Amino acid sequence: MIDWANFTPWASLAGGLLIGLATSIFVLLNGKIAGVSGILGSLIRPVKKDILWRLAFLSGLVLAPLAYGLFAVLPAARIEANSQLLIVAGLLVGLGTRYASGCTSGHGICGLARLSPRSLVAVIAFMSTGFVVVYIMRHLIN
Amino acid sequence: MHIFTAFLTGLIFGVGLIISGMTNPSKIIGFLDIAGVWDPSLLLVMVGAITVSYFAYRKASALARPLLGDEMQLPKSREVNRRLVVGSLIFGAGWGLAGYCPGPALASIATGAHEPIIFVIAMIAGMAIYELMELFFNWK
Repeated sequence: MIDWANFTPWASLAGGLLIGLATSIFVLLNGKIAGVSGILGSLIRPVKKDILWRLAFLSGLVLAPLAYGLFAVLPAARIEANSQLLIVAGLLVGLGTRYASGCTSGHGICGLARLSPRSLVAVIAFMSTGFVVVYIMRHLIN
Repeated sequence: MHIFTAFLTGLIFGVGLIISGMTNPSKIIGFLDIAGVWDPSLLLVMVGAITVSYFAYRKASALARPLLGDEMQLPKSREVNRRLVVGSLIFGAGWGLAGYCPGPALASIATGAHEPIIFVIAMIAGMAIYELMELFFNWK
């Protein structure tokens, strides 16, 4: 059953096109993949010549809500997880994305757009555990 | 100049995430809840982003070098290995627990909410654990 009350087809499609514009700028001008986990995680043991552009990309990402806020009110975000859950989730996401060399941006968007079989496998894998964990949390525990 | 375009990429990427609704964890959970009332919004984000990117990568593969750089740095690995699968399974579990993945979490830490900050600190710790494992245990 579709959640018609929360489904936002046009806004999501428009946001997606904008994300596509960002990845396009990055590959055509800078020659790089816009994979967020790699850009952030590679700063932990940094290669000197790559530090500045990584920080610049991340600054843009972090400042995005402020830029958006200049023109419109930020959409509400509802977070169901408590602090303990956020910490466990963060650790898993950090560890898993680096071990898999990519996350929803690097594999899910850039990888699939490059028709990479590796990325297709990654997307199927992370969506599978995502589905299972949400099923357990929403339908078995609650 | 390439530093500025990196900044611009991050900014547009983040605004795209906000407009698409992906910075709202309950929308991510709504997508992952296929057994409940399902919110397919994330699929449309992917369709939009992948369609545009597809043409950009096709164009990029025909270029000798990027417009502002010396070389195209596209991933060369084609191997489906344990790292890829196990890492993605771990990532998906964390994604389902909180409804955050790296991009939307980073694009939420300047909103004033404390939850994304907690998540991002833990995520960086998780990334640091990965680096330590690789460095000291030759983790492959």
